[in-house]
Amino acid sequence: MRYLPLTDADRSAMLATIGASSVDELFVDVPAAAQLAGPIEGLAPHASELSVERHMARLAKQNLSAGDAPFFLGCGAYRHHIPASVDHLIQRGEFLTSYTPYQPEIAQGTLQALFEFQTQVARLLGCDVANASMYDGSTACWEAITMARRVTRRGKAILSAGLHPHYVSLARTMARFTGDSLDIALPELTTGAPGDDMARLIDAIDGDTSCVVVQNPNILGHVADLSELAARAHEKGALLIAVVTEPVSLGAVRSPGEMGADIVVGEGQSIGVGLNFGGPYVGLFACAEKYVRQMPGRLAGVTHDADGQRGFVLTLSTREQHIRREKATSNICTNAGLCALAFSAHMTLLGETGLRNLAALNHAGAVAAADRLAKLPGVELVNGAFFNEFTLKLPTESRPVVRALADKGILGGVSLGRLYPEAPALANGLVVAVTETSSAEDVETLAQALEAELAA
Amino acid sequence: MSMNSEGRVTRPENTASSSAPPTFTGNRALMLEEKLIFEQDDYARTGVDLPEPPKVASRLGGLERNRPIGLPGLPEPEAVRHYTRLSRQNYAIDLGLFPLGSCTMKHNPRLNEKVARMPGFADIHPLAPVDTVQGALAVIHELAGWLKTLTGMAAVAMAPKAGAHGELCGLLAIRAAQEARGDARSVILVPESAHGTNPATAAFCNYRVENIPATAEGRVDLDALKARLGPDVAGVMITNPNTCGLFERDMKAISDAVHAAGGLVYCDGANFNAIVGRVRPGDLGIDAMHINLHKTFSTPHGGGGPGSGPVVFSAALAPFAPLPFVDRQGDRYVLVEEETAGDHHGSSFGRMAAFHGQMGMFTRALSYILSHGADGLRQVAEDAVLNANYVLRSLEDVLDAPFAASGPCMHEALFSDAGLAAGFTTLDIAKGLIDEGFHPMTMYFPLVVHGAMLIEPTETEGKATLDQFIGALRSVAERARAGDPALKAAPALAPRRRLDETAAARKPVLVWKEAALTEAAE
Repeated sequence: MRYLPLTDADRSAMLATIGASSVDELFVDVPAAAQLAGPIEGLAPHASELSVERHMARLAKQNLSAGDAPFFLGCGAYRHHIPASVDHLIQRGEFLTSYTPYQPEIAQGTLQALFEFQTQVARLLGCDVANASMYDGSTACWEAITMARRVTRRGKAILSAGLHPHYVSLARTMARFTGDSLDIALPELTTGAPGDDMARLIDAIDGDTSCVVVQNPNILGHVADLSELAARAHEKGALLIAVVTEPVSLGAVRSPGEMGADIVVGEGQSIGVGLNFGGPYVGLFACAEKYVRQMPGRLAGVTHDADGQRGFVLTLSTREQHIRREKATSNICTNAGLCALAFSAHMTLLGETGLRNLAALNHAGAVAAADRLAKLPGVELVNGAFFNEFTLKLPTESRPVVRALADKGILGGVSLGRLYPEAPALANGLVVAVTETSSAEDVETLAQALEAELAA
Repeated sequence: MSMNSEGRVTRPENTASSSAPPTFTGNRALMLEEKLIFEQDDYARTGVDLPEPPKVASRLGGLERNRPIGLPGLPEPEAVRHYTRLSRQNYAIDLGLFPLGSCTMKHNPRLNEKVARMPGFADIHPLAPVDTVQGALAVIHELAGWLKTLTGMAAVAMAPKAGAHGELCGLLAIRAAQEARGDARSVILVPESAHGTNPATAAFCNYRVENIPATAEGRVDLDALKARLGPDVAGVMITNPNTCGLFERDMKAISDAVHAAGGLVYCDGANFNAIVGRVRPGDLGIDAMHINLHKTFSTPHGGGGPGSGPVVFSAALAPFAPLPFVDRQGDRYVLVEEETAGDHHGSSFGRMAAFHGQMGMFTRALSYILSHGADGLRQVAEDAVLNANYVLRSLEDVLDAPFAASGPCMHEALFSDAGLAAGFTTLDIAKGLIDEGFHPMTMYFPLVVHGAMLIEPTETEGKATLDQFIGALRSVAERARAGDPALKAAPALAPRRRLDETAAARKPVLVWKEAALTEAAE
């Protein structure tokens, strides 16, 4: 067994040191009735690398990977090109196989990288400070809502209709048990409308409101100005939480922090982290400095060592579960360290110049694709303003269309029918994401296949 | 061609002094100091070549970002060097024994890394049509099956993103189950030796937390627990094996008592490595337990994540498990989400994360389970327990082992700071171990032991490594008992000496600002 270094001779010698005659004696505290008599049912004996790799490769081949198809899926997870060096760097054993940096003298690599990550995230989202990551965007969003509750001591959160439905679903799950009240609405598939439910949100803010949660760009791809909403929330003593599921957009679009958001959370997967069928991803969490002691999650900070040399440590741990237990700001322990490193390394390679170019490429590709697809008979473009993702209203329900396209080897978008099965008014919606990985040829393939499918 | 082009063989010329003089760079040969990315660039460069974006009329609704963001870019040679230099300031399991108790720092097989990166797993979208991702659903279903088999439980939720998220999953199911029978309860009982995540999780879903006392031998006090049970107690959270490294012998009796009082039993499965393949938690009356795939099933810790925390459920809690989950219908796998849950899973407490869990960890964990097989997994538990007992018995003469007299330990050995010279602490021992080339053990946890040192070697360490570690810890412990003042200055050989955490917390500098940094370093 290749992962187990002890030999039988080692085991015997060690048992002699311990003073036990067999390993079974070491399990003496486990009642006999609880011990498995035989081997694990149905599990084969140990297997070679070759045979395990074959088994897994066979399963992998049953999936249509994004690189093998014209690919236009988004809605919270985006396909971008990741420089080869990023994956090489995160596979260095000193990063991959280290633990949470509890012993800072021998974890400066992780700590400095996290400090750089925090700075990159804070600047990108337009906030004073950011933490060392959360699990993903959806869980970061709920954590932001609970943080707003602690800051304002109020329990009503107003969720924008444009917030990712899975994020809403998670908030509903949690609110059912925590007693928070949620004001929720469904998006509308109306073309030419302002593109968001600002009026509803502003009307709903009252003296019990802890926060307004708004996603930008939103689930339909709309980009909106949050400044007015921020001002109205602040007038009533509520916080504005902004959610960004496509951080590449921030190379082109004004940041939520600049528009007045108090807490900005996001899904960082787009930068440095692959699609991975939904995880692991990396949650981004940033806020105004005055709220930092109410923040969840780990924070790396600057200090000095006994010789006065600059160094980094985990700090403000008195917010966290391992110190404060039931009084902690969150129960989060393990976060997304390695994905945060991937995000940071990719961002370091891009730099501001690269990020802005990448964002411009995405936007230009999406504009061209939206114009091409909106020319198809019966197809309407819902969005006025958008970044790299937009919504089409088809003349028919979009779910069967997506399935038919997939049968032709085209991953043509996300149907709103799948995301909102309970909302017939959204059934004709198709959300199409266009990144730098989608070629003009891919767009043409999609356009022709979609036209054929709609004519059928 | 060799560097030594003249063919001369060199030899040390002067061995008189062994202390190195300061260097111009601050570097120490292979140990290279590395500036922050923000200190080495003018923010205009980039390490990524992209085509010139075509000129299009912006459709951003007038929301163009028009101010500088402040993100430095490094060309690839400098970026690779930056992170490579940083990496070398980290200790890692690839470098040596990493004996953090309750963290299970075992070897991370590289086959698993290779498998996770197969495009069929790494490059598929969570919302791809289910007919295009049948292989991915098969992985989830197959792994779920083995987790149920290994634990003897009825169902498993694959969605939780880490151990603490799994705890949340378990407690939400308990809440949902009790509310469904009109029996809302408000208190969760947690032993003092529990991980901090246990009480934090209970509070996160609005329970009140009360402590259960421990016996003198480091186990849950069954009588005290029974005395506290009542109609307000929703359940207990027990870690088994516990954080003192001991198996809770009374686990079945605890479960029976909790069930009799209408409560449910959550088990923190952080220490499952000690019993995998030998004991099934389902046989102990447990209703829910998370499994840290990044502990028992060898997925890498990555400097603090990502983790993965699937939760197994008893038949009583299975109907309340979260969405989504994978089901098999004939020869096809389906994803049960909100839309289809109503048909046969209407009691689910709902969704707790955006997509389907940590797929990248599932592929690794499944590869690990298949690699070890039935015989290997059982051997994992046995070797992990053997290694821990070897450490315990090899050091109990020089370090106080508060529970050693009561019998063998499981996967981790617990020591206290009793017997150290006045003024010497667990922290000093930890920092001394750093100079010896080892990562320290878990310090000051569990809280039930003064100056706790919790050592979990895991099964992936050989005897020679253990012997060297035992020798090093013995040496450091003897210095701490003798009051060697040099130990107070440890580590002397690490990239940094002891860091001032108090100063960091008093005036937090959490992002780069030139002035603030200068001040903090002064």
